[in-house]
Amino acid sequence: MTTPDIISIGYLIAAVLFILGLKGLGRPRTAPRGNLMGASGMLLAVLVTMLDQAIISYLALAVALVIGSVVGALLAVKVKMTSMPELVALFNGFGGGASVLVAVASFIEAIELGRADNQLAIAAAATALIGAVTFTGSVIAFFKLQESLEWSGFTGLPLARAMVMVVALLLVVMVALQPDTRAWLWALVAAGLILGVISTVAIGGADMPVVIALLNAFSGVAASTTGFVLDNPLLIIAGSLVGASGLILTQIMCKAMNRSIFEVIFSETPAAATGGRDDSDVYGDRVTSTSAEEVAMLLEVADRVVIVPGYGLAVAQAQHAVRDLMTSLEASGKEVMFGIHPVAGRMPGHMNVLLAEAEIGYEHLLDMDQINPTFSETDVTIVIGANDVVNPAARNDPSSPIAGMPILDVDESRTVVVIKRSLSPGFAGIANPLFAADNALMLFGDGKQAVIDIAAALVTV
Amino acid sequence: MTLLIALTLFVLAVFLGLELITKVPAMLHTPLMSGSNAVSGITLIGALVSAGSDHTMLTTTLGFVAVMLATINVVGGFLVTNRMLTMFAGRKKRRP
Repeated sequence: MTTPDIISIGYLIAAVLFILGLKGLGRPRTAPRGNLMGASGMLLAVLVTMLDQAIISYLALAVALVIGSVVGALLAVKVKMTSMPELVALFNGFGGGASVLVAVASFIEAIELGRADNQLAIAAAATALIGAVTFTGSVIAFFKLQESLEWSGFTGLPLARAMVMVVALLLVVMVALQPDTRAWLWALVAAGLILGVISTVAIGGADMPVVIALLNAFSGVAASTTGFVLDNPLLIIAGSLVGASGLILTQIMCKAMNRSIFEVIFSETPAAATGGRDDSDVYGDRVTSTSAEEVAMLLEVADRVVIVPGYGLAVAQAQHAVRDLMTSLEASGKEVMFGIHPVAGRMPGHMNVLLAEAEIGYEHLLDMDQINPTFSETDVTIVIGANDVVNPAARNDPSSPIAGMPILDVDESRTVVVIKRSLSPGFAGIANPLFAADNALMLFGDGKQAVIDIAAALVTV
Repeated sequence: MTLLIALTLFVLAVFLGLELITKVPAMLHTPLMSGSNAVSGITLIGALVSAGSDHTMLTTTLGFVAVMLATINVVGGFLVTNRMLTMFAGRKKRRP
């Protein structure tokens, strides 16, 4: 068996491990094993690649591998669970960036060896564009999630975006027509980098789960097109698998927001669309505010309590306080469940990760479809830091910007307690009639402190 | 590998991916994303060849940086996924 044969067989086994790994990641019981299989496939692929006769210097490789491993491991171990969306975005960007560099390096090599043909050029151009958009798009998403980026674009952004897109597509054509001219490829990379920035910078917080899932799909596609450049089947297979899974997640997120992917990327935020509306006609003097003590009294006589978390829970770092509240409620024989909207938070599954960190068992976490039929039998629902995902206007008001968006029907429970800093609108920029509903009570304040106060009051009731 | 075979692999793998991951419970959305993200770091094997082949200074340097970025993606991605999944599993034991 020749060395190339051994490499090919190693790649085949790695591809199978990736397929089994991704399949495993789709079910709770098999997920840890699935992740392990994916990692083993990757290790195998790296090991057999080392046999490649084109590799003549191992020192630089060892240095880069060690640096990368140490940095990656440190980031993975040190990150707080609340910062998980940022980290996933960052890793994603690094993958996209690596694909660009690999495609550019191999393409330059091909030019110098006189092997650059149109087919290779098209693959390199696709990788340069998709990878560059993934890289800067993810980096911008990283800074937006960290809330360290104030900038949210400039007037005329959609026009600029359209123009850069046209320029980028023209550059793809130029790379394909004149594969021997390096400058076209470099220009294309630059256009991709700019496009990544101006496509993500205007996207607001609540659309982030869609963006992160989409960038995830992009990083897969970039790896796949790199496979076309390198003539490497493993890259093509693994990249396409990731692209497909990213696409499915994106679709789930879009469906949960009742927005199409084009609306998320190309339209203004719904807030900008509706403008500042006067909320006084919605709220009037019908908003009832309450106190921690009153909530504790309500909980005292409740049999079933549902907690609905939103991004505000992550901001307030209230997950541990909520766990303590749950424990004391359960100790007095009450049923406590969590109702989780698919796009609550800033990335797919954000709330699940946060509540898992606080050691809340996942049998307590119910999806929208599971929790909605049970609200009518629920005595008290506590909404913490969520707004648009519990807005009944999505169900009742066809003229609402969020009309048709699937929501959690918290207003069907006997009493709804909304913990919120103020009556300010959520991401969609619209008033929430729930706050003025007869069975709704507002508990104004910081999410964590409010939950701690309720738990304390519960002891003294 | 001819272009046609490469395209065949691409299309079949996309369909396979769509079939593999249809119904994912919400609790696994993040681990699935970070785990699959680590798999997309497979571009690492291309980076290794570029960095190790000593073709020109430019391509070797590009390859070197690519190896670093892809390794961060791969190692960090699998580790952080494992950390999340351990967290999920740990709770189950404590609350049977």
